[in-house]
Amino acid sequence: MSFFAFSSPLVARRAFLGKSGLALSGTAIALLAGRDVLAAKAGGSTAADAGILNTALAAELEAVAAYQVGAESGLLEKPVLALAGQFQGHHREHADVLAKTIRQLGGKPVDAKQKYDFPTRGLKNQADVLRFAASLEKGAVSAYLGAVPLFRNRDLSKAAASILGDEAMHWAVLRNALGENPVPSAFVS
Amino acid sequence: MLEGAVLLAALALGDARAGEEVYSRCLGCHALDYDRTGPKHCGLLGRRAGSVPGYEYSPAMKRSGIVWSEKTLERFLADPVNTVPGTTMTYAGVPDPADRSNLIAYLKKQRCE
Repeated sequence: MSFFAFSSPLVARRAFLGKSGLALSGTAIALLAGRDVLAAKAGGSTAADAGILNTALAAELEAVAAYQVGAESGLLEKPVLALAGQFQGHHREHADVLAKTIRQLGGKPVDAKQKYDFPTRGLKNQADVLRFAASLEKGAVSAYLGAVPLFRNRDLSKAAASILGDEAMHWAVLRNALGENPVPSAFVS
Repeated sequence: MLEGAVLLAALALGDARAGEEVYSRCLGCHALDYDRTGPKHCGLLGRRAGSVPGYEYSPAMKRSGIVWSEKTLERFLADPVNTVPGTTMTYAGVPDPADRSNLIAYLKKQRCE
């Protein structure tokens, strides 16, 4: 069954999820393709691709921890706290899928650090937390942008670009919450 | 001819203020004064690669023999993965020479407290 056979992507997605019983995004499904498929497409470069994914995983795990610091700071108003929780959930989903994919490529996913250093002394109010989160999200967008062309397996490039899109949306929403232009330029770098 | 020489000199000097904006690209993994997914960047110039105490570097970076200078940073930032094969800085690099020059000028000013 092709997604093109449905009247809209939403209908297609509902039908697909209904039939498969999966609650995974298209990206997650692409990332979690069978190891043989991933290995074959990587052309024997699975270790290099797993290494790229592991760097991304380390950053995603740190992002989960950073949002936790923000959530526990007591500085966020309720709607912002809910938003932070949602974004943290996205990073957790990214991390889970990246870790599974690394395993499927024969690699060993990095673990979350026991302790992360964050500039907590500089976080005095909600705007400080939002600005800190926005800087991390902007950096994450750049990091994925720099990783996308490196994958040997083009499916992994596509999947990384999908995560990049999600994190760019986080960045834009956080800028908007700060009263800044949410989309300051036509390109990201 | 003179114009080209002026341009080259400007690139060599770099603009630290413009470099701060370029550095925002690094903030997914790095910070100036504490280790993250990547090591901290304060005091980078003159430091031996792979030498920040407590940071777990790739074996490739530790044995690279690089000492960070304008020249070595210029080369590494242009193409990290091929300059130090095996580095965990799996990033395609900063393609624009002016951006690299500005970034290096910014990093040069960042001293550890």
